[in-house]
Amino acid sequence: MPARARPKLAVWKFASCDGCQLTLLDCEDELLAIADRVQIAHFREASRAEIAGPYDLSLVEGSITTPEDENRIQQVRRASKALVTIGACATAGGVQALRNFGDVREFRAVVYATPETISTLATSTPIARHVRVDFELQGCPVNKTQLLEVISAFLNGRRPAIGAHSVCVECKQRGNVCVVVGRGLPCLGPITHAGCGALCPSYHRGCYGCYGPMEAPNPRSLTRSLVGTGSTRASIVRSLRTFYADAEDFRRHSTDLLREDETP
Amino acid sequence: MKEGIRTIQIRALSRVEGEGSLTIRLKGNRATDVQLRIFEPPRFFEAFLRGRSHAEAPDLTARICGICPVAYQMSSCRAIESALDLQVDERVRALRRLLYCGEWIESHALHVFLLNAPDFLGYPDALAMAKEHADAVKRGLRIKKAGNAIVARVGGREIHPINVRIGGFYRAPTRSELDGLLPEIEEAIRAVRESFAWAAAFSFPELEHDYEFLALRHPDEYPLLEGRVVSSSGIDVEASDFETIIVEEQVPYSTALHARIRGRGAYFCGPMARFNLNFDRLSADAKLAARSIGLSPPCKNPFKGILVRLVEIFYALDEAHRIIDTYAPPHPSFVEVAPRAGRGCGCTEAPGASFTTAIRSTRRA
Repeated sequence: MPARARPKLAVWKFASCDGCQLTLLDCEDELLAIADRVQIAHFREASRAEIAGPYDLSLVEGSITTPEDENRIQQVRRASKALVTIGACATAGGVQALRNFGDVREFRAVVYATPETISTLATSTPIARHVRVDFELQGCPVNKTQLLEVISAFLNGRRPAIGAHSVCVECKQRGNVCVVVGRGLPCLGPITHAGCGALCPSYHRGCYGCYGPMEAPNPRSLTRSLVGTGSTRASIVRSLRTFYADAEDFRRHSTDLLREDETP
Repeated sequence: MKEGIRTIQIRALSRVEGEGSLTIRLKGNRATDVQLRIFEPPRFFEAFLRGRSHAEAPDLTARICGICPVAYQMSSCRAIESALDLQVDERVRALRRLLYCGEWIESHALHVFLLNAPDFLGYPDALAMAKEHADAVKRGLRIKKAGNAIVARVGGREIHPINVRIGGFYRAPTRSELDGLLPEIEEAIRAVRESFAWAAAFSFPELEHDYEFLALRHPDEYPLLEGRVVSSSGIDVEASDFETIIVEEQVPYSTALHARIRGRGAYFCGPMARFNLNFDRLSADAKLAARSIGLSPPCKNPFKGILVRLVEIFYALDEAHRIIDTYAPPHPSFVEVAPRAGRGCGCTEAPGASFTTAIRSTRRA
């Protein structure tokens, strides 16, 4: 009986820092084993080989910010059996979605002497705004262990076992003393998606939300407690408007806070 | 004799970070025009950094690049600290240097073993290369892992470290946390020693060009975090005067600005420039290692950048070991000063062919 063909894995980049796809190359202990089980069909950062689709699994990094990329993501979707977004840019627009709260023409003029030659969209949007997405892996950047879990789950036809609870749960699992209670630090842990392993609190720092909103967060309640311990509303808006600025739960609450401040 | 006109077009460069294409126009064997078109979509960091707190700059600028986030974190810290006249503790400086060594090691190992070596050996990628050069690829991964382990131990994670702040670190690692890195560093030193002869045997095209090399120069260290800006054609200025010698210009075919020396033109920065301008600042062992593979300054063959990177990996591993051997945790782990209006410049040496500069003015909110 002939050996079954290895499944084809493709890695695609849109507007991003390359950090999430680098996470795959950072799997130093697993990389050669991965390459034995899958065929790397398109991964420009790692290989000049290009194997035609269809691809069994496409990992998509980055957000949509240009007319060309609006088009290209449609082609990627058509060529992919399963499409998984990796990281904050692909799942929520990333830090470059801060333009969504400003004027991209003005942004462009800050950087470029002849801004009109730069082709860009007014917004930075997640992949799911454009095509059907089979799974979204959170994080800026994504976590290595979770990335391996997602790849292995999809190649074995099962759902990835990735929790959608908050960073607070990870602090408890790690045995951290709460940085809010113990050190009086502002912390987004109660509304932030788990996955990093409660990294910032382990370094005596409040969580800054780089894994985006958890499932069904309560930012209103967190704001009340943050204001009670000395945070300004302006600083809360800024912290929500960072790496997951345009994720629905963070955007809605930061916009509400600004609106309430304007209303006498 | 009639000379043919040809165009070589590479639509997408692979095994590099970011997105670019290359067009070369040839008349006979002579290039008449070369265009490196970076089509990486712009993300407008310069624009959205306005109105943010100075304390957020290291986290925000890190996201410019997932391969060298530490370079952006260090440059933005240095720029803001210079605007605030903030001097960091010598022990904080040592810890920053250790973190930066980790980034050089992981980034250079990625470049040498996974991105560049397949060009010399004729493979589409390192995974295909591993079929016949398994030992070399495994050595490369071991070195890369040691670099990442340093970044993760000091910075919290490999990509976009979370422990860096203006004035120092959120938490200083303990002595035993850093001592735990030593076996891995020593193993990586052995791996890089074993890789010198392997890389030196590659076939390097005979090509030398009279570049103007530009790098930082420190009174007694191989440059990472600070120094004067010097060049092989006589530039020697304070880092804060960087803008008086370098100008950034937009070109119509690229989203990346082109940096040039004012009134002169292109310059060459990164590992080879550092090596050529700071060879005397390398450790005795690193100098010996360089000479053992036939490298001495000035090296003007761009293909030999792979060898220069190996020497820098060796230096950075050695330096990391030295810093850990004499490490005393800074206490407190950071100094804090109130923000005020000011202007600052921070120049540091990013691992790859880039020379990072950050210039910020801060206004009191």
